[in-house]
Amino acid sequence: MDEQLKSELRRQGVVATSLQELYNWGRKSSVWPLNFGLACCAIEMIAATMARYDLARFGAEVFRPSPRQADLMIVAGTVTKKMAPQVVRLYNQMPEPKYVISMGACAISGGPFKQGYNVLKGIDRYIPVDVYIPGCPPRPEALIDAFMMLQRKIDAQYLTGPGRPRHLDAETPSEFVVPEFGPHDLVPTSNSEVWSVPLVNISNAGKNEPGRD
Amino acid sequence: MNLEEIKSQIEANVPGCRLEIIPNGSPSGQHSLLVDVEHGFTVASFLRDGATPRFDFCSNVTGIDWPVKEVSTKTKVKKIVDGVEKEVDEVVKSQTGGYLEVVYHLYSIEQREGPVVLRMRTEDRAERVHVPSLTPIWRSAEFQEREAYDLFGILFDGHPDLRRLLMWEGFVDHPMRRDYVDPDDYEYEPTAHDDVLKRAQAHRPAQEGGL
Amino acid sequence: MNILTDTSVDSISTDETDHLTGDLLEISMGPQHPSTHGVFRMNVTLDGEQVVKLKPVFGYLHRNHEKIAETESYLGCMPYTDRLDYICSITNNWAYALAVETLAGIKVPERAEYLRVITGELTRLQNHAGLIGFLMQDMGASGTPLMYAFREREKILDLFEALTGARMMCNYMRFGGCRCDLPAGWLDGAKKVVEGFPKFLDEFESLLKTNEILMARTQGVGIVTKAQAINAGLSGPMARASGVDYDLRKVDKYGIYERFNFRVPLGEVGDVYDRYMLRVLEMRESVEILKQAIRDLPEGPIMDPGTKIRGFRPKAGEAYGRIEGPKGELGFYLISDGSPNPYRYRVRPPTLINLTLLEDMCLGHNVADIVIILGSIDIVLGEVDR
Repeated sequence: MDEQLKSELRRQGVVATSLQELYNWGRKSSVWPLNFGLACCAIEMIAATMARYDLARFGAEVFRPSPRQADLMIVAGTVTKKMAPQVVRLYNQMPEPKYVISMGACAISGGPFKQGYNVLKGIDRYIPVDVYIPGCPPRPEALIDAFMMLQRKIDAQYLTGPGRPRHLDAETPSEFVVPEFGPHDLVPTSNSEVWSVPLVNISNAGKNEPGRD
Repeated sequence: MNLEEIKSQIEANVPGCRLEIIPNGSPSGQHSLLVDVEHGFTVASFLRDGATPRFDFCSNVTGIDWPVKEVSTKTKVKKIVDGVEKEVDEVVKSQTGGYLEVVYHLYSIEQREGPVVLRMRTEDRAERVHVPSLTPIWRSAEFQEREAYDLFGILFDGHPDLRRLLMWEGFVDHPMRRDYVDPDDYEYEPTAHDDVLKRAQAHRPAQEGGL
Repeated sequence: MNILTDTSVDSISTDETDHLTGDLLEISMGPQHPSTHGVFRMNVTLDGEQVVKLKPVFGYLHRNHEKIAETESYLGCMPYTDRLDYICSITNNWAYALAVETLAGIKVPERAEYLRVITGELTRLQNHAGLIGFLMQDMGASGTPLMYAFREREKILDLFEALTGARMMCNYMRFGGCRCDLPAGWLDGAKKVVEGFPKFLDEFESLLKTNEILMARTQGVGIVTKAQAINAGLSGPMARASGVDYDLRKVDKYGIYERFNFRVPLGEVGDVYDRYMLRVLEMRESVEILKQAIRDLPEGPIMDPGTKIRGFRPKAGEAYGRIEGPKGELGFYLISDGSPNPYRYRVRPPTLINLTLLEDMCLGHNVADIVIILGSIDIVLGEVDR
């Protein structure tokens, strides 16, 4: 529908919308996160829900303790190898449509603890991530920004055609492999459906020149 | 409170124990008492119940790995070279380490004294890695000894529940040992250098397919 | 509560009387549980509502702090200490700085000592305020007390941010002093926060101190006796709630604590109520210390000029340094072999050791009491698992 006509009608008290807009507006306005904190970032996540930052303004104050009732998983903190299977299992238990915010340096890449023998180098090795927030820990404002970014992402989704949300596409997977504990590391060390070893240009690497092959 | 005094107290009350004061080179002046493994438990229970002051509070339990290390010390030796006496540097190589160590920091809450640093050493790093558990004496050692077992592989005889504390069951190695090799989970870095670059190069054959 | 099927709970012996009482229920509380303050897990065996066995499972946040520190320089370890007990980063810095100063024999200038006391006690205030908020939340007072607590916490975090540039990971102390001096107007802001704090405490107490539900839920629950507390190595508010008169600010007199006039509150029973009230009383004492420190703050340098922070190589040796952290005795045991990075770097985590008696405290109580007993211990997983 023509945008100009739409705003003209709105001035007259007539709201014209499409089913997709209405559907996405409903989805984005009440995203319920999973009440799930891992480490330092979880404290900032709690601070974001408190009076000063008030995440409730964006329809996300209802933190659900059960993954069955949650739409959004905020991976807030370092994911250790011991914890990674539980994180993936929680993600699998969430109903579609579900989204993931990877909050903080640790959840993105392992952060300052990257060298650790028990630290997973990014949760995106096992589950798909929608929004990444850098920071150690990110401020509550950054979490709110990530949240608004997620809302925009939801708003822009088409309900039909390629790239439609997973819950409307029977072909795309909704559950991912839960890694198991091996003798030294998790088995498998990553899920090839969602993550592959990034290519690094080794010939350039010594010359401080970032780039890919 | 003097460590010498405590040593003589222990020697008078625990017959047969071998004690050694390990001097501490730092300005902290916290010297420590090395106890032999056979008498470790008796010495510890004497420190809790019989010594003055009574050390009723075991604050900290630390595991340490000392792999075998070659130390060469230079000494000046007078030698007769070609009929003339000369001072010649002679390098003496000796081995230190080759054991695991547990360190207990003890305090007295009654007398507000401390710390007394108690050390015990295992015979080697591979098989004979036993020390007596002091958990029956100070319960605060329970989780910390489990941690030392988990991360260093020190076996505490007499511990009520010696399981891994931090790593998962089924993990085979002891990761805080100094010769532990990390699992090779290669991670992309835009500016790979040093170790990361080496790892990236090692992973190169696997990457070729994606090019 | 997630009932996971792959738990490693030991199988329970079934004797003949079992059919009279019914089956025991094994549940795994955590690692994802709203009341475990992070990723802590307890394998609990229940007989009806009663706890008959409880085994804590650690390691879900084991970030290899000690191993990483062995490859870092002494200065490089400082930001990692922020992330130990991530609610009180400044006291962690202090404990580490104190251990390095003991190791290398460094003296700290007077103004820096005052700044340490001021920031350290502010940290204690915000930790205890947050804790009692979370404890009330665990008890079912959903929302309001935690909101009040976080309102106060935010005021203190604003001060930290103005001083250090970060809300949580302050990285403020250095061995030999502090990283930066106070910005203009900071002291007035701090004075205002400190003077306003007792009002918050009064408000909080009038709402909750004599609240019947709070008393019914907390009194007589999770009792620890004095002898148990000492033997199990409990420290900090946990030990003092059981009547152990042991506050390192009085015992070790580290820094300049002997200059301040404050009392050490002690509990009598050692139950959850005592631990809750003890923290409220401790906050009042911290306010007193803060008032004195802000009043007496001298001018002067904030770093020991003789200390070389970069390329720092202490002599071979070892040192154990400890402070009275908000959660208990936080100690660092450092062994130097003369190289730029520590040979062994050990954190004495107060909260891990305070959890030693968790099973004893919970046995015989209802499953709902586990939550508040755990809440009263005040754990932070970053420090428990490191």
